[in-house]
Amino acid sequence: MRIKLTVNGEEREAEAADHESLLTVLRESLGLPGSKNACEQGECGSCSVLMDGDLVCACLVLGAAAAGRSVETVESFSDGETLHPVQRAFVDAGAVQCGFCTPGLVVATYALLKRNPEPSDKEVREALSGNICRCTGYGKILEAVERASAAMYRR
Amino acid sequence: MSTALPRTKVRGGVGESVERPDGVPKVKGEFQYGSDLRREGMLFGATLRSPHPHARILSIDVAAAKKMSGVKSVITSAELPTRDLFGLMKLDQPVLATGRVRYVGEPVAIVAAETAEEARLATRAIAVRYELLAPITDPVASLQPDAASLHQKGNVIEDVLVEHGDPDATAEVVVAGEYELGMQDQAALGPEAGLAIPRQDGGVELHIATQWLHEDLRQIAPCLGLPESKVHLVLAGVGGAFGAREDVTLQIHTCLLALATRRPVRMTYGREESFYGHVHRHPAKLWYMHGAKKNGDLVFVRATVVLDGGAYASSSPAVVANAACFGAGPYRVPNARIHAVGAYTNNPPTGAMRGFGAVQSCFAYEAQMDKLAVALGIDPVVLRERNALRNGDRIITSQPVEGSAPVADIVRRCADIAMPDGDIPSDPISLPGGLGNLTRGEGVRRGVGFAAGLKNVCYSHGFDDFSTARVRLSRDTRGPIVHVHTAAAEVGQGIVSVCAQIARTELGVERVEVDRPDTTIGSAGSSSASRQTWMTGGAVLAACREVKAELLARARKAGRSPDDLTALLDEPIDRTVTHRHRDTEPRDPNTQNQGHVAFLFAAHRAVVDVDVDTGLVKVVQVATAQDVGKAINPVAVVGQIEGGIAQGLGLAVMEEVQLRDGHVRNASFTDYLLPTTLDMPPVVAVLIEHPHPDAPYGAKGVGEPPTISSTPAIVAAIRAATGRELNRVPVSPDDIVFGAPYRSGWRIAPGDDPRRAVRA
Repeated sequence: MRIKLTVNGEEREAEAADHESLLTVLRESLGLPGSKNACEQGECGSCSVLMDGDLVCACLVLGAAAAGRSVETVESFSDGETLHPVQRAFVDAGAVQCGFCTPGLVVATYALLKRNPEPSDKEVREALSGNICRCTGYGKILEAVERASAAMYRR
Repeated sequence: MSTALPRTKVRGGVGESVERPDGVPKVKGEFQYGSDLRREGMLFGATLRSPHPHARILSIDVAAAKKMSGVKSVITSAELPTRDLFGLMKLDQPVLATGRVRYVGEPVAIVAAETAEEARLATRAIAVRYELLAPITDPVASLQPDAASLHQKGNVIEDVLVEHGDPDATAEVVVAGEYELGMQDQAALGPEAGLAIPRQDGGVELHIATQWLHEDLRQIAPCLGLPESKVHLVLAGVGGAFGAREDVTLQIHTCLLALATRRPVRMTYGREESFYGHVHRHPAKLWYMHGAKKNGDLVFVRATVVLDGGAYASSSPAVVANAACFGAGPYRVPNARIHAVGAYTNNPPTGAMRGFGAVQSCFAYEAQMDKLAVALGIDPVVLRERNALRNGDRIITSQPVEGSAPVADIVRRCADIAMPDGDIPSDPISLPGGLGNLTRGEGVRRGVGFAAGLKNVCYSHGFDDFSTARVRLSRDTRGPIVHVHTAAAEVGQGIVSVCAQIARTELGVERVEVDRPDTTIGSAGSSSASRQTWMTGGAVLAACREVKAELLARARKAGRSPDDLTALLDEPIDRTVTHRHRDTEPRDPNTQNQGHVAFLFAAHRAVVDVDVDTGLVKVVQVATAQDVGKAINPVAVVGQIEGGIAQGLGLAVMEEVQLRDGHVRNASFTDYLLPTTLDMPPVVAVLIEHPHPDAPYGAKGVGEPPTISSTPAIVAAIRAATGRELNRVPVSPDDIVFGAPYRSGWRIAPGDDPRRAVRA
């Protein structure tokens, strides 16, 4: 079916077969491959996007179910050359290795810090437990969240 | 190679924690991984795989598939351009199953179609008739004389015997045990992916996420019936590797479909297919015996190790050799017999994974060291310190450890790291079971465990190990700039940063660009064996020094200062250098030789809380000391250490590709459990920098040691908390609650040939 949705602030139209996920629509139809496909089951969080402001795994949302909704992907975060503080924090903390989990973690971290500007270590661990990183062992990612929190809320 | 740093001071040089050049594109979602690649008019490839672990193929009917909507090509073994086999170390694997399938997931046919969905549906329409054969799934059974042969030359992939001193020595105190490791998956987040584009000259260009472009090329070209000159490889973005991208997976298939259709073809595996599509870590069965004097000095180690190579050899020969060579650990052992054999079975093929054979032995010999400590009444850390290899000591292959061997230092400094708070926490999220809220702490016991390990860096046993680097110093309107070109695969580890840092330090120029790796330059070898810093780092260093020499010559000739780059770079300086490490000796019958370049060492201490009622484990802290030689990019070194420990933790308590009769039962991230932020504890890492005289700036390589001894340290801590034997990893809740130790079902004297095993 043909769907209309808002993606990164723009009105877009896409063909979404009945079985196709929002992730497939974003990556294959709308030319937005920043959200990654790593597990197809909502286990790894690599495809994390915001739908009407809520953090979701795009692989678990049917494309058709995104009709009329507003979706924000990692591609919307930076302002040209200027990185979002969350993105800058991931680079500066050394939280990026292969980087395949990074787009999902950037979106998930942003969603966390929006609702909880200064999360405790346990709150961060709980909030990001749906995002698997196979490279870093998470130490630098936790550090990046702290840096991002400081940068966003100017502590 | 000089280990001294030049005096030039420039930002972003060696020893500084620098920003990765690919960091910004990665956080923006702009970095192109293999699965992100597209071309105008691109087709999609899909693979039909065997549902059986062992069967004869009676017929394949593709007629229906060919007629389906969007289908452009269907290829079975009958349509292959050559009969060539492929394989990393033995050419034993068909491009598509030919007459017989040997494992569940073996590729049988490939399809290209206009959409991914059409390609997938077409594979389902291919009718294959099989005659089922009995699968062999126990590697020890596979080695027995009565076993059916899975390959022409029998079921032994590799047989390595290490005999040192008096292998039959006796000792006052003796401990023995049998051990098993399950099959671990590399679980790189980025699935296998590549894009093949046919070329006008009848050749093909392949953009591929791999660990070693030139080795892929060597295997791909003959299977396409093309000379290597007509196959061009370019590195696509790699979403993690950990050994799984050493082998050819979809490379040949994608090229075949592109050549058959004359259109670009992309293949990407999904997660389930990825589990079937790449090799895993070798499951292992080990029988060990250690002997010591009453004062704690080790007298002998005897061991038999059987590694399950699965259906095809992959890198099994080298994994078997490593399991044997490093089978006594980082200790002075005057007498040893280690017999390691890799067997073909009808399980999925196994090959490279971080730690590469050293992981399997380390789990067993470190459990043995703890048993010995108990038998001797000596503290386990003191026992390890007492027996630690020192500079000049020989490992059991008779090779002396030269340059740096701070094993006792590592062991002591790891043991001295501050312990976490002594109290078992009161909030459920910090207890075993975490968010499951399964305990208030009543059944929770704390334990501490310790382990150390060693492994080689770079390739061993006479392999011609080299890397090539081209360094070009020029100037543009913004001033001097250096371009570094190598074929070294950036897989996440950070070799791009290391190359840039070395160029900055050597040439004193801040602006460095690292070009995309491809096969227009010579091989860099694989991003494996913890070797790229040593080898490609070494090549870049050597090329920079040639560039510098030319710069100095120009300066002398022009009567100018060598710092006056603007005046000296009317013509760019361009140098390509191939760097080799010193020769190593091939293996002899008893493996008594100088087979390795150098050794890496690390020690780990784990603190765990275990709920003895549910069998769940919470790792509270992992402390580690590691000899890195020299930390070129400290933040990346710590990143490698923490990431490696996470994989060691996974093997200790979570990760196993569960097999039943050759079938994988958990080919998904729902069922194959990976450590998350809630599983991974804080890591306290001490970097020890004992420069190795042969390595660039003394930097030895850091990727693998964190994965080697972290697993046994965590299991030792669980043993300490529970008193259970726990001789198999991953440790399951049942092992903790019920305590039944693993038994192999085979009787064998440690050190004996596993072909003489008797059913227990």
